[in-house]
Amino acid sequence: MQKQAIFQSKLLPYALVAPQLAIVLIFFYWPALQAVIQSFLLQDAFGLSTTFVWFENYIELFKDPAYFAAIVRTFLFSLAIAGSSLSLALLLAVMADKPLRGVMLYRTLLIWPYAVAPPVVGVLWIFMLHPSLGVLSRYLRAMGIDWNPLLDGDQAAALIILAAAWKQISYNFLFFLAGLQAIPKSVFEAAAIDGARPMRRFWTVTFPLLSPTIFFLLVVNIVYAFFDTFGIIDTMTRGGPGTSTVTLVYKVYSDGLLGGNLGSSAAQSVILMVLVIVLTGIQFRFVERKVTY
Amino acid sequence: MANVTLRNVRKTYQGGFEAIKGVNVDVADGQFCVLVGPSGCGKSTLLRMVAGLETVTGGEIDIGGRVVNQIEPADRDIAMVFQNYALYPHMSVYNNMAYGLRNRGMAEAEVKTRVDEAARVLELGAMLERKPRQLSGGQRQRVAMGRAIVRQPKVFLFDEPLSNLDAKLRIAMRVEIRKLQRRLKTTSIYVTHDQLEAMTLADILVVMNGGQVEQVGNPLAIYEKPATTFVASFIGAPPMNLMSIGSDEIKSQLGGSATDAGILGIRPEDFVITDQTPAGGVALPLTVEAIERVGAETFIYGSRAQDAQRIAANPGELPPGEVIVRVPGTEAPAIGAKIRVAAVRTKLHLFSGDGRTRIEA
Repeated sequence: MQKQAIFQSKLLPYALVAPQLAIVLIFFYWPALQAVIQSFLLQDAFGLSTTFVWFENYIELFKDPAYFAAIVRTFLFSLAIAGSSLSLALLLAVMADKPLRGVMLYRTLLIWPYAVAPPVVGVLWIFMLHPSLGVLSRYLRAMGIDWNPLLDGDQAAALIILAAAWKQISYNFLFFLAGLQAIPKSVFEAAAIDGARPMRRFWTVTFPLLSPTIFFLLVVNIVYAFFDTFGIIDTMTRGGPGTSTVTLVYKVYSDGLLGGNLGSSAAQSVILMVLVIVLTGIQFRFVERKVTY
Repeated sequence: MANVTLRNVRKTYQGGFEAIKGVNVDVADGQFCVLVGPSGCGKSTLLRMVAGLETVTGGEIDIGGRVVNQIEPADRDIAMVFQNYALYPHMSVYNNMAYGLRNRGMAEAEVKTRVDEAARVLELGAMLERKPRQLSGGQRQRVAMGRAIVRQPKVFLFDEPLSNLDAKLRIAMRVEIRKLQRRLKTTSIYVTHDQLEAMTLADILVVMNGGQVEQVGNPLAIYEKPATTFVASFIGAPPMNLMSIGSDEIKSQLGGSATDAGILGIRPEDFVITDQTPAGGVALPLTVEAIERVGAETFIYGSRAQDAQRIAANPGELPPGEVIVRVPGTEAPAIGAKIRVAAVRTKLHLFSGDGRTRIEA
């Protein structure tokens, strides 16, 4: 059965959706259109003259080894962030799904980090791991690790991945827990009677049954790692040392707002837009089809 | 092949709720035992304790001469059929059945032999490659059965396996389960709230109420001699008519032989419409309130002339003063008619006033 509202006037339905449409058009499509237009333009340093240059901004971009490096870096970051936060969240969710004493408290505490804004996450981790101020840095150095993410690019990257993954664990945890609770308990009981030990039960029953959730979260986490890590990067490393933590999104910001190259920055954001559209397309296509079973 | 013995089995949850209050049941090798009772009586909990899915807080569960209280479900050599079937949704029918065998390291050739045999018996051969969601309810039910029988366990446990099926299929599957169990001769424990299922399947029937066993025995013996008013009204449909003996009419007809009895029970089918009063029997004048004609038989709902006292609340109990009479389908008195029904002495059931004890007259 289909729910259908009947309107007397032909105009009323349009009037009712107009505010929503206005918000979408003004705040999403108009800026997006601006970015597309901007990406075909070249401005001088003072913004006095503007030339239409067709695809020159894009061509320059793909000739730039720094841009290529940023692409590779962004993908590596995404994989590391999605991989580590997904696996840790799944582990925590499986443990929190058991009937334990105080399980509600445990679950609530695990969800909290999601309420922390990305820049705050960055600041928190910097406090802990800043080479001279950080409380944990002392122990790392005591263990013989030459810890200095302000100078060492790999350590800076690790720091970003750590903070970004930590924040995302809560979100993933919530979905995994919901996914686990959606599986009838009797299926696990049947597997237990069928002689599957806990580890085997996990890999042959739990994991396959969670695969739609896992796939959904994988896409969400990649999108998160691509875009929402900006606040963390900006507070923790500002893309440094050198360009070792400059991701695609951070490069849009640093080339455009810091470097003043608005044309290139716009071209980069258009590329990112296309990327998001592709990712979302994949997600809709597969999640609609319920991937697994 | 094994017997199952429950010795004073108890289950107390954290917080003090006592779900099972000391149950003693002995199921001999190859017998089909049915646990029956209203919802919340603890029958499913008891079954899950035998399976090892619930801990035992008191007493002993013995399967084939081995106390299994501390043994994992996987090592108890049992198989269970769940109410919602609990099939693995991501596995094919074949893999659903093969899973338990592969987990035990059985060679793939032997796995195939066993699964094919089970599929043949259960007529699942054509759908081995299908996923559970592509099957109908009855087919899923049979896959769940198949998953149990391929393992060739010592004991089958059934947790209301037919309650998700429609009425017709339920009867067909009931017969299938009985035939299968007769052939395999595997000790079985079956939980249901349906007294008809219980009566037709059981070698040994256990009637439970409030975490306790009300009566254990052969189903027909229980039907003929219910030990308490609870059993009397739970087993049999429509339920037994229970009347308090305080009223003069009944007491005088019973005579002095039933002085201790407080409650009289008569099954609807034991009444006949007659003007005579059989010697030592009971006759009641009724006003016909409603009639149900179901073809082979007719149910007459009548009210007694005087108000009878209300008897202890039991499931399926009739409103006070109402009596059900079952007569052949050919008879159908008019609504509002005054009739007289009688039952012979041997068909009377007498209970103590609290309904907890049967009194043999």
